[in-house]
Amino acid sequence: MSIFLNENSKVIVQGMTGSEGSKHTSRMLASGTAIVGGVNPRKAGTSVDFDGTSVPVFGSVADAMKETGADVSVIFVPPPFAKAAVIEAVDAQIGLAVVITEGIPVHDSTYVWAHAQGGSTRIIGPNCPGLISPGRSNAGIIPANITKQGKIGLVSKSGTLTYQMMYELRDIGFSTAVGIGGDPVIGTTHIDCLQAFQEDPETEAIVMIGEIGGDAEERAADFIKANVTKPVVGYVAGFTAPEGKTMGHAGAIVSGSAGTAQAKKEALEAAGVRVGKTPSETAKLMREIVGA
Amino acid sequence: MDLFEYQARDLLASHGVPVLPGGVAETPEQAEAIAREIGQTVVVKAQVKTGGRGKAGGVKLADNPEDAKARAQDILGLDIKGHITHRVMVAQASDIAEEYYFSYLLDRSNRTFLAMASVEGGMEIEQLAVERPEALARIPIDASVGVDTAKAAEIVDAAGFAPEVRDQVIAIAVQLWDVFAKEDATLVEVNPLAKAPDGTVLALDAKVTLDENAGFRHAEHAALEDAAAADPLEAAAKEKDLNYVKLEGEVGIIGNGAGLVMSTLDVVAYAGEDFGGVRPANFLDIGGGASAEVMANGLGIILSDPAVKSVFVNVFGGITACDAVANGIVAALQQLGDQATKPLVVRLDGNNVEEGRRILAEANHPLVTLVDTMDGAARRAAELAA
Repeated sequence: MSIFLNENSKVIVQGMTGSEGSKHTSRMLASGTAIVGGVNPRKAGTSVDFDGTSVPVFGSVADAMKETGADVSVIFVPPPFAKAAVIEAVDAQIGLAVVITEGIPVHDSTYVWAHAQGGSTRIIGPNCPGLISPGRSNAGIIPANITKQGKIGLVSKSGTLTYQMMYELRDIGFSTAVGIGGDPVIGTTHIDCLQAFQEDPETEAIVMIGEIGGDAEERAADFIKANVTKPVVGYVAGFTAPEGKTMGHAGAIVSGSAGTAQAKKEALEAAGVRVGKTPSETAKLMREIVGA
Repeated sequence: MDLFEYQARDLLASHGVPVLPGGVAETPEQAEAIAREIGQTVVVKAQVKTGGRGKAGGVKLADNPEDAKARAQDILGLDIKGHITHRVMVAQASDIAEEYYFSYLLDRSNRTFLAMASVEGGMEIEQLAVERPEALARIPIDASVGVDTAKAAEIVDAAGFAPEVRDQVIAIAVQLWDVFAKEDATLVEVNPLAKAPDGTVLALDAKVTLDENAGFRHAEHAALEDAAAADPLEAAAKEKDLNYVKLEGEVGIIGNGAGLVMSTLDVVAYAGEDFGGVRPANFLDIGGGASAEVMANGLGIILSDPAVKSVFVNVFGGITACDAVANGIVAALQQLGDQATKPLVVRLDGNNVEEGRRILAEANHPLVTLVDTMDGAARRAAELAA
């Protein structure tokens, strides 16, 4: 098993005809993902060729779902139009909406989150690399050839640290790696992933990567203490980040004494999570746990 | 982006929030002119993006224009917690009968907006929240609905505003929401919201933070940026669209991806502990693409930082494979020519890593050292900067 995404997932791409969307649609197809359609109201009825695979373009998410049975949408739509694109996916009641777009105003993300409450769509992101269940499906921009299917679950705010950790542990493999994104307001949290990994029989151990800003890691620590029996190792980035400066990700900011890496590390350790000082040390801790 | 008080005041006023007349001055003469126009006692306030101005001598009353000029003279140039005062706001002074607090902010933890209000304003709100939490009303706002008069009344009544100011504060609460929502703010805080002796309620001081991601629909926000205060390297990096933050250290850092770069800073700082406390000199994320041009721009910025003694290039080849990154580094060094004068430690990992390392080895640039692991490379870079 895996979480949120598997070999039966049927994926559509909103923004497939844009430059990022088309580049990554091609990559997702090459890694074996079942891409069943794209969405673009102005190009409905046409199709796009990706190295010999013809992908139909639909006028709306609802149309694409009706025609193809799609249950996942990966969204590459630029920031000014991203809010409407995610709302469209939510209103069509797609199971999973993966929002790759970086730079969405937080008022838009917060509106979308409020709008999605009570609905049936899980949102991942925005400003995230998406998720991959190696060997099964890849929804987003995570390189598919880093590692293989295996028994580690990974959840991370950062894209490249996700890749780094997958690479460090590539011989063991991953059930699913989820990049939840570095924005202040995101759809799927560390806690949502921890819970899913806890319930996933294939996942034996979990790596959780956090960074400065907000209190998601502290909340995750409380959740682990109460609900997670599988071993968790952690890593937190941003110990040297100065107060009041945004470090790349819109959400990565220490405000006053809130959101520091030190506080997050301490909270995780208090919950029994072993926290590595560097990504390599974190990978080493995982190796000790899984005995590989 | 945090605004200065005078910018926040103007923004509030443009949405109808009642404020006192005033203006901003960069010279004592300008302060004098504004005071003359106001024609009564004024308050001269240092415009710095930090708290505690009053205690630092940055807020003074002036009875007449000459006095305002003298007070501005005292305050301009004042160092308040490391912030140099370049401007003062000169505003009509008001007697205060009561001080209140009102704010809207992004509540990250609950993924919603929050209104906070109190009839005990004036003091630091963090202090009030700790000492007398019952005196601070906290009302979540449904982001898909916003604040109308009914919601504003709910907030105002939860905070316990007295009947004689209730309607005024409700109107102001709706206007402040207009500021918060229409300007894409993540914080609008009025402290104090004051009742003058004649019963009028006014915003006397405000803090506003705007969401830079929303810049595409607020062209006018660009003018609010404090270009003068920006670090010159940060300004140069911004011009080239680079995600750069200047820090106080000696090891220049370039990496791809915000998380990996943050992690790189930490690993360098740990390694630096063994080399006399060497620290990272900057944060620079060149993003997933890492083309030769972006690499050259990034290296150019970092090498122009006189504090930098060595550079650590830490790239994980994901979308862009390591051979492309290696070619980028080689091309960047060629492009920079004689400007490249500091040792570079490069760590590549990920897609096509062997080919990437081969390209760098073959180029055999005298300044470049290739190290296989991130921890090892950080150590080497720290050693070279010590």
